[in-house]
Parts: sequence; structure tokens; C-alpha cells
Amino acid sequence: MLQRIFAIFRARNIEFVRDRSAMGWNIIMPVVLMFGLSFIFGGGDRAEYTVGILQSSDTIDETAHPFLRTRYMQFVVVDDETQGFRKVGQHQLDLLVQLDSPPRYWVNPDSPKGYFAELALLQTFDGRIEKGQISGEAIRYVDWVLPGILAMNMMFSCLFGVGYVIVRYRKNGFLKRLRATPLRAIEFIIAQVASRLMLIITITTFVFLGTKYFLDTRFEGSYLVLLLVAFVGATALISMGLLIAARVTSEELAGGLLNLVMWPMMMLSGVWFSLEAADEWVRQVAAAFPLTHILNAARAVMLDGAGLTEVMPQILALVAMSAVFLVLGAVLFRWHPR
Amino acid sequence: MQIALEARHLVKRYPDVLAVDDVSFQVRQGICFGLLGPNGAGKTTTVEIMEGVTPASSGEVWYFGEPAGQKFRQEAGIQFQNTALQDYLTVRETLDMFQTLYDRKADLAHIIEECSLGELQDRDNRKLSGGQRQRLLLAIALVNKPRLVFLDEPTTGLDPQARRNFWDLVQRIRAEGTTIILTTHYMDEAQILCDEIAIMESGKIIAQGNPEELLRKQYQHVVIELPLTEVSGDLSNIEHRVLETQGIIEIETNDVNKTLQDLAKHVHGLNRLKIRQRNLEDLFLDLTGHSLRP
Repeated sequence: MLQRIFAIFRARNIEFVRDRSAMGWNIIMPVVLMFGLSFIFGGGDRAEYTVGILQSSDTIDETAHPFLRTRYMQFVVVDDETQGFRKVGQHQLDLLVQLDSPPRYWVNPDSPKGYFAELALLQTFDGRIEKGQISGEAIRYVDWVLPGILAMNMMFSCLFGVGYVIVRYRKNGFLKRLRATPLRAIEFIIAQVASRLMLIITITTFVFLGTKYFLDTRFEGSYLVLLLVAFVGATALISMGLLIAARVTSEELAGGLLNLVMWPMMMLSGVWFSLEAADEWVRQVAAAFPLTHILNAARAVMLDGAGLTEVMPQILALVAMSAVFLVLGAVLFRWHPR
Repeated sequence: MQIALEARHLVKRYPDVLAVDDVSFQVRQGICFGLLGPNGAGKTTTVEIMEGVTPASSGEVWYFGEPAGQKFRQEAGIQFQNTALQDYLTVRETLDMFQTLYDRKADLAHIIEECSLGELQDRDNRKLSGGQRQRLLLAIALVNKPRLVFLDEPTTGLDPQARRNFWDLVQRIRAEGTTIILTTHYMDEAQILCDEIAIMESGKIIAQGNPEELLRKQYQHVVIELPLTEVSGDLSNIEHRVLETQGIIEIETNDVNKTLQDLAKHVHGLNRLKIRQRNLEDLFLDLTGHSLRP
């Protein structure tokens, strides 16, 4: 069994490595994106003020206080004080405000936007409010978006590199030829997963180290934990690609289905912007995507220094998704068109 | 002689067509068995059921006295008519990959030599000519030292020289004791290579046996052929059966001398005359009313 898996694994690796256009695209695309974004968002600041409101309720009642009606400010609910402090420290929130008695607010003394948000708060507050300070370095947009770019590249490579290729193999009869050998479906699938996993982890590591060196991107956590996140994340995405390609025989249909899955993931998983201020239903939809869990875990490790315990919920979600996708993919897998 | 492969009441139903209709036959070990028929006759479906790549609606395939299973997969070699190979792999890498999928292994150097792939070992699969590609597909079918080889239309698209070389190769494989199941449109190919044939039409086997015996059983006469333009008179006085097809007069006779004497009185000349035995193409035409070629 292992011999057969290795034979398919090796052949697929050779095919990928010798296809210079495909391999080049997998490396060049994220690098170009990172440098482009670094140039465009060199200032690193967002356009508007973001204020966290520390409360247990899910919705913000604008009538509760005049400050909540201040223009050009985006108010987001923060239900966990520790998270709120961390975000103020990293300049992700310009201000954190608790309106319930006793009223309190926290600001980062190193944040210019925090200073102006504080002034606005004090103007609308007629009573006494207690002030707290939280220090910390700002997270640049490049730091914040790097996990998104890496994960997005991983998604493209896993879904297209596996799903599309399998449909091509099926359409041109190569899978039918393999069917006539002792190779079993599960062996073929394991070989595809292993091959793509190895290639994508290698490429992602290469791109990550390159951006870290040239852009000096922030990294607070453990490389091993990040590697584990990348490993389970890529497995989930590859398994998803296998499931999509399990029966499809047309490359056009496969392309359509893959895009149908990829675009919502790209828009709603938080690759480009944070979902914290998004509607609840958007966050619930996003929770169904592997990319969301990969990003949340990767950002927690890279930006907040989260350890294995903190990202365990995301890792477990990705492992569960991989298992479901792989089992379904193996059950539905068809060697050749009917 | 032992039965290598047996099809037992194979049926394959698709929503709109009955592709294989209760087909049964046996293939003896060591022979070359030909499955003949026009496009749509059901021969490829029958073969694919036997190969284990298409499930039958009903019926069974037995391999050396037991239902075809994992042992069959290990011991059978298969050459499909149209098979894409992995891009960017060389001939040698492709052979290595396929050989690793089997527990049984042939001497790869011997196969490479037999299939004349020695100089092509480092060539990318995509850069092979039609004949080279067919030889590689056959070599892939041999990497597991098969006891049984399926060859599906192996010479379609090859030039005459490449076809003859391929026939020599198949004959050498058969001489080593390998059982061969061949599907083909080419009657000369079947006549040269096959010890036994089965002719399929509309999902059924309509004739089966040794090619020479089938022809002997069906035909006791020879055929005299003459272009219609050579005929100057009325041939109705000639005793034997006269047919006219596509500008050619065919006369069936058991007495060539007498027929030629009769014919000489009604034609301009006999220089373009041909005398031939009936062949498998004639047999198929007579049995089904269809031409065997696609």
C-alpha cells in the first residue's frame, strides 16, 4: 500500500515541479501581492476611527449615549476585556470604552488616532470617566494581511492544484488507467493529499521567510505552532478540493464550482479586512469555511503570540473538516465518467 | 487447456440502451482471443467489464476458476485505446510508476528492449509519436509480468509499417505464454493474431470460433472479382452467384477453371481479375449486413 501511495506521490511531485508555469505562479503571486500591498498601504493606518464598546450585549444601542452617535467612528462590540486590551495595544482599536457604571476607557498613548478618538469621547461625556492606558506597538496592515495572503495562496493551490488536476486526469482517461491497476481510491487520494501538502508547505515557508526578511513582518508566536496550523489548514483545503472533484468530469464545471467556493471564502474569511464589525450572520457563514479558521489561528500565532492551547479550537475545527471532506470525497470518488 | 478468463451472462444496461446483452464466453490460457465488431456493438463495454473498470448490471467474470478480484488486478495487463499519461514524466519514470503499483514485477530492461523504447527512455511522454506512444502503452501493460493482457484497438491510427511491427511484438508476447484478449476493427489483424474470435453485434455474440474454421463452415467457394468496366456482355448465363458492389463484379464459384472459361466470353480482358478466399470482413457482412470497419 505504501509503495503504491509513494509511486503516485512521487509522480505528482515530478509533474508539479517540472510544470514551471504552475510552480512559478504559486510562488510569484503571493510575493507580488505582499510587496504591492506593502507599497500601497505603507502608512499602515486605516481611514476611520474604530472604537470598541465593552459590553455583554451583541448590539450597540446608539441612543444609550451621545458618543455612540459620533460621525466617522465605527463602533464594535467587545465582550472580552482581555481581547479589547490587546487590540488597543496593537492599535487595532483606537479606543476601548465601557459605558456601564462606572464608565471607563482605555487608550494607547502611542496611537495618534487614539488621541483624537479620546478627545471626541471627552467632548460628549459630561460626567466623570476613568482613564486607563495600554501601551503596545502598532500592527501594520502588511503584518495583518500577511497571514491572509499566505492562506489565500494556499487555498488557490490546494483547490485548483488538486481539484482541477483530478478532473483533468478523469477527463483524459488517466484515472481510468489507474483504476485498472491494484491502486485503490483511498491510496490515490492519500497520495494526492501528501504531494500537495508537501509542495504547498514548502512554497508557503519559502514565501513566509522571504516576506519576513524583506518586509520585517511581525511574528510573536511559535514557528512550530504556525507550521501545525498550516499543515492542518492545507489538509482541510486539499480535502475540500478532492470532494469538489470527486465526480466532476468537465474542467469548465470544475472551474465554476471551485470559484463558487473560493470567492465567498476570499471575501468572507477575513483575508483583506477584519470581520469583527461584520453582521452576525456573516460571521456564522464564515465559520463554515476552513480559510476562516486558518486565518484566525495564523493571526493569533503571528500577531498575538498565541500558543497551541489558544489555537486548539481552530485546529480541531480544521481536523474535523478534513475528516468530513476526505471521507465524503473517498465515498463519492469516481475513477472515470459514466 | 485451462480457462484463463470467463464471461458469464454479462449484461450492461444504460438508461437508453442495452449495451451488452447476456454475453458469455471463455478464453483459454495462452491463446490470442479477438473480440470483433463495429462501433457500438458493445465490445469495448464487454472488455471494460472484464477488465474491472466498468461494473456490469449483472453477470460475472471469472479468472482462473475464481471470481475476478485482487489477484486478477495484480496479474492482468491492460492497454486502453485512449489513455493520457502524466505530463512532464519521461518514458522510464512512467514505467517505474506503473510497475510500483504491482506486487508482480517484470524485468523492465527486457520490456524496454522488447518494445523498442531504449532510445526513448528519457523522452517526455508528450513528445512521443503515435507508434512510440502505443509501444509505451503496451510496455505499461506488461510491467507486472501479466498472465493475461487486454489490447483494445492497439493499432488504430498507426501507419502500416508500425502496425506490422506491433503485430510482431504481440506475437512474441503470446509466444511467451501470455493470454491476449484483443479488440480490433482490422480483420487482417484479427486473422493474423487471433487463435479464436467472437463477433459482436448489438450487444450479443453472433459467431465464435477459430477464424479459419468459421470461414470454412460458412464458405465453400472462392470469389472471382472483376471491375464492372471490364464486362462487355450479359453475365446471367454464368451458373454461379454474381454480385455487384461498388463497381466490382463478384462471382462465387467452386470451379474456378470453368467459371473463367465462361467469363472469358463476356469480358474485354482478364488482366484486372482477382481470385480470393472469403475473409472475416465477408463473414461479418454476411452475418450482420454491416461493414465491419467504423
